[in-house]
Amino acid sequence: MTQATVQSRPAVPPQVTTVVGKRRRSLRQTLTAYLFLSPSLLIMIGLMFIPIGTVIYYSFINYAIVDRPGRPQHLVGLFNYRQLFQDPNFLSSVWHTLTFAIASVAFHLLLGLGFALLLNSEVLGRVAKGMFRTLIILPWLFTITIVVALWRYLLLDPNGVVNFLLHSVGLPTQGLAWLGQTNTAMATVIFVNVWAGYPFFMISMLAGLQGVSGELGEASQIDGANTLQRFWNVTWPHLRPIAVSMCILDLIWNLQNFATIFLLTGGGPVNSTNVLANYTYTTAFFNQDYTAAAGSAVIILAISLVLAVFYARSRRALDR
Amino acid sequence: MTTTTAEASKRVEATPAARRARRSNRVVKFWTALGLLVSAAFAVLPLLWMFLSSLKPNTEILKNPPSLFTSLSSFSAYKHLFNDPSQLDAFRDSYIIAITVTLLTIIIAVCAGFALSRCDFPGKPVVTTVVIGVQSVPPISLVIPYLGLMTTLGLYDSYTGLILTHIVLTFPYAIVMMTAYFDTLPRTLDEAARMDGASSLRILWQILLPISLPGVVSVGVYTFMLSWNEFLFALMLTKQNVRTVPIRISLFIGQNAVDWQGMFAMSIIGSVPVLLLFLAFQRYFLGGLTAGSVKG
Repeated sequence: MTQATVQSRPAVPPQVTTVVGKRRRSLRQTLTAYLFLSPSLLIMIGLMFIPIGTVIYYSFINYAIVDRPGRPQHLVGLFNYRQLFQDPNFLSSVWHTLTFAIASVAFHLLLGLGFALLLNSEVLGRVAKGMFRTLIILPWLFTITIVVALWRYLLLDPNGVVNFLLHSVGLPTQGLAWLGQTNTAMATVIFVNVWAGYPFFMISMLAGLQGVSGELGEASQIDGANTLQRFWNVTWPHLRPIAVSMCILDLIWNLQNFATIFLLTGGGPVNSTNVLANYTYTTAFFNQDYTAAAGSAVIILAISLVLAVFYARSRRALDR
Repeated sequence: MTTTTAEASKRVEATPAARRARRSNRVVKFWTALGLLVSAAFAVLPLLWMFLSSLKPNTEILKNPPSLFTSLSSFSAYKHLFNDPSQLDAFRDSYIIAITVTLLTIIIAVCAGFALSRCDFPGKPVVTTVVIGVQSVPPISLVIPYLGLMTTLGLYDSYTGLILTHIVLTFPYAIVMMTAYFDTLPRTLDEAARMDGASSLRILWQILLPISLPGVVSVGVYTFMLSWNEFLFALMLTKQNVRTVPIRISLFIGQNAVDWQGMFAMSIIGSVPVLLLFLAFQRYFLGGLTAGSVKG
């Protein structure tokens, strides 16, 4: 079919490779490339760069979005940022964000890698492997509102399934409000986030494991290397670049996490799970303090962009 | 491996190291099987519980001790769902938005992926880096200016507004995936056509695209999933005219006496599109997804 269409076109004289011809051709190629890129560039400029500029601008003025008749909008320098850093809720939300994100990434890596290794073992046949893989990926496919609804139900205080099960194996958890107590809320939120997110990690790890040569593993097995040694000396060096890249991406995403915490606890109890994204949201849309919220949004953006540089670098290491 | 063959081979090469390796091999097998069962249970049991709960009346759902299989006879929540316009409207809105976002994202990503994979032009490294970089822009930082922007443009609480913002979330990853896919196709294909004077659009449309279907499918499935599941923009940029499934489900949580059965029924039906797409295209999808993050 391809040949037919090519043949049906009128013959074009072979291009003369003079300097002018080359330049004209490369100019044409540049124009074509940018034409193909134009929808993406338009979206990037209109819906990312300009809004980002706007939010940065908001963070340096006295009020935004809401109207304050009689008071002109003007630049206030670092006022909004100074205000943020004097707000204990903001400072605590920075720590909560770090705790939440780092713990989530660590457990995503642990579970994602662990499950990928289990799935990759030779114990399973092809069909069983596919079945287990599908089952273990399932939680990732559900939207976060469903995940949250489900766990809020399972973790209910007097009649919850989790408390019932833990109690029946002899743990004194009866009456423990997992999401309602300051000492358990953060761990519980992290647990739900880990449950909902590890499969994405696992998929990448699984793809990485496919690249580890089986022969190399077998050779070291005959040499008497045990499973742990084999993993450390053969498998891990191969997986490491992928794992590093995934960890940075996951860290970026978890530092920005809004929906899980907003829906599970709303940042409570007593701000104990209030993360930066949730702080930004409440400051903007409950307190109507859009300029302070813009400042907090810019801080999340800045952290994300710094990490993005490392992410791009780790990807380049992968491509090599 | 049967016992007799195992014992026979044991006699043949009964060096201590080989014996140790074999014994540890059997131990490893046992723990692997156990580990797999535990991980599958960890993933699936909560979801199974949700499904069973959608078939129980609320009084049963909240019974202590919890009952697993008793009285799974109540389909009332599903019946109610299909008779409740506010729930059905959420499905209509989610379908319209997710399908439009998917189609537009595919077009955008195929075009951009072609340029980044097949053309040499000044600024290419910059564009590539920026596309990878914008994956990290936090939605929470965009939502404040979007509120102003959408109100100004008159797109607040409209399909167009939500579709545009969803594309912002989906297009960077889609471009990365599509570029990676095009990179796996041999360049000789399009060079031959170019020699014969075919235009870039023709090369893309008639030569590359037909053999890129697996890549396009995986981009499509992932995009549909992201858009169908999106929460923050739907929460902030829509109100009454447009209400997606995740938002409608979250409204159940806000009520004083939560209608658990109704919520779970809607959650199950609300997950069907993504589950079906995933099951149907799992192989393409997982391959394409990792092409973006894991190369080679």
